[in-house]
Amino acid sequence: MIGPVGQLTYIVASALFILALHWMNTPETARKGVYAGVAATTLAVLVTWAEPTVVHHLWIVVGLAAGVAVGIPLSRVPLTAVPQRTALSHAFGGIAAGLVGTAEYYLRLSEGPEWLTPFRMVALIVEIILGYLTFTGSLMAAGKLQEVRWMPQRAVTYPGQNLVNLLLFAAAIALAAAIAMHPAASWAPLLFPVIIVIALLFGVLLIIPIGGADMPTVIAILNAYAGLSAVAMGFVLDSKLLVTAGALDGSSGLILAIIMCKAMNRSFTNVLFGAFGQVQVAKAGGEQKQYKSETVEGAAQVLEQASLVVIIPGYGMAVAQAQHKVRELYDQLKKRGITVKFAIHPVAGRMPGHMNVLLAEANIPYTDLVEMDDINHDMPQADVALVVGANDVVNPAARTDKGSPIYGMPIIEADKARTIFAIKRSKNPGFAGIDNELYFSDRTWMLFGDAKAVIGDLVKELAGGSGMH
Amino acid sequence: MTGDFWATLYVFVLASFIGLGVIRRVSRLLHTPLMSLTNAISAIAIVGAILVTGGDHPLRIRILGAIALFASMTNIVSGFLITDRMLKMFKAPPKTDAKSGGGHP
Repeated sequence: MIGPVGQLTYIVASALFILALHWMNTPETARKGVYAGVAATTLAVLVTWAEPTVVHHLWIVVGLAAGVAVGIPLSRVPLTAVPQRTALSHAFGGIAAGLVGTAEYYLRLSEGPEWLTPFRMVALIVEIILGYLTFTGSLMAAGKLQEVRWMPQRAVTYPGQNLVNLLLFAAAIALAAAIAMHPAASWAPLLFPVIIVIALLFGVLLIIPIGGADMPTVIAILNAYAGLSAVAMGFVLDSKLLVTAGALDGSSGLILAIIMCKAMNRSFTNVLFGAFGQVQVAKAGGEQKQYKSETVEGAAQVLEQASLVVIIPGYGMAVAQAQHKVRELYDQLKKRGITVKFAIHPVAGRMPGHMNVLLAEANIPYTDLVEMDDINHDMPQADVALVVGANDVVNPAARTDKGSPIYGMPIIEADKARTIFAIKRSKNPGFAGIDNELYFSDRTWMLFGDAKAVIGDLVKELAGGSGMH
Repeated sequence: MTGDFWATLYVFVLASFIGLGVIRRVSRLLHTPLMSLTNAISAIAIVGAILVTGGDHPLRIRILGAIALFASMTNIVSGFLITDRMLKMFKAPPKTDAKSGGGHP
């Protein structure tokens, strides 16, 4: 049993974790939050390691060293790949909880089955189900985000999908109840792996019907699951530090998931069970509408005359690696005294806050990154709205077309600007597979081409025009 | 034992409310680093893995623990490092001379 010094250390660590998240409320103090987190984790690890029951030190050293060896490269991925990294880290969190739960069960079964009270067994089974489910679910999500070739990007559905999931879930619950009541029965250790297999399978089945456009929500939900599996582990091990840290992680995932759902005007159940991107397939054969395209020279002239330019970035900007060119464009416009703002939709990109990180990397001051609700007030005053690789988040069909799958979703009202320029690689529809009415508006001019190249040309045009640069 | 369970449940409920309150105030700019930070924080599950791996237990149990230890440590290291890397990028606008606009840091 842990002594008073250990207990005190765990309390300090819990407090530091809360402070760490508190400091995230503004970019000025946020880095302090990381240091607090590191301090708390270091303290807790050292105190636990010093426990008298810990006798095999070599294994711990090897495990820690391997974690460092893999963790460092994982922290250096390009920022466009951060969603995949995040999904992967949820998978790691899930598997850790699952494995510790499994180990605890078999250990206690052989060393003292009386420890396996119904309370602990319920917590332990919740831990392993959430842990293994998060593991495979997050791996699937990471695969979809990484666009692994054999993994379907779009939602995959089949008849009776929800029924199959429901039956599996019921089977897992029935098995869990049986084992929780008779953890030491002769059949229990044999059925335990069955629960593990069902949980692993369940993670895959939950993610298969979810399309790429829903990834920000799914990552947030998996975050919540990973947190809750840590909470359940805390109950099993009676560690209040673990319960606290897991609860913080879980509530963070929950809040982010709610924000993402609101930003898409969808409910949890709809995201999880109602495959997106299915409805419009029938509509695709409709009339051919015409795009109006504009040259880079023409667009540069309009931009020069503007006093407020709103740039609306989307995932396409990240794919084209255009954020640094966007920064050059920002500089060119700023030099002329033009106000430039970035309109950030909550679900732009592949995870919550993704656009902000990419633009911050390109050295754009965070004060010019404006949330959707705030920028929409200014959109009617904007002389130019420049859409860079965004699609569904500026589609006015969300306001007008009841038949559209994105109807009711809050959007950045680019269509209210005086002139709209949209940079688009090709004439294909966006990730959700929906035609964008914005592109056919009277005031919209398309700039076809790779976002990086088009913005690079705009910058050259503007730099040439001003003579001295 | 049951007493401990209730105390832990108590901690869980209070910590969830603190979590909801604190997270709601996190700047929307920082939601991506927030996710990597909370991920690193919940990797404190490593304490469970240390007890399983380091204890005097059968080999197969300790192997499970060691894998969990590795997974948690990976999350701790990569989570904190990448959070700090991202947060370093968030810069306020240069305070002096706003007209020049270029704002090279």
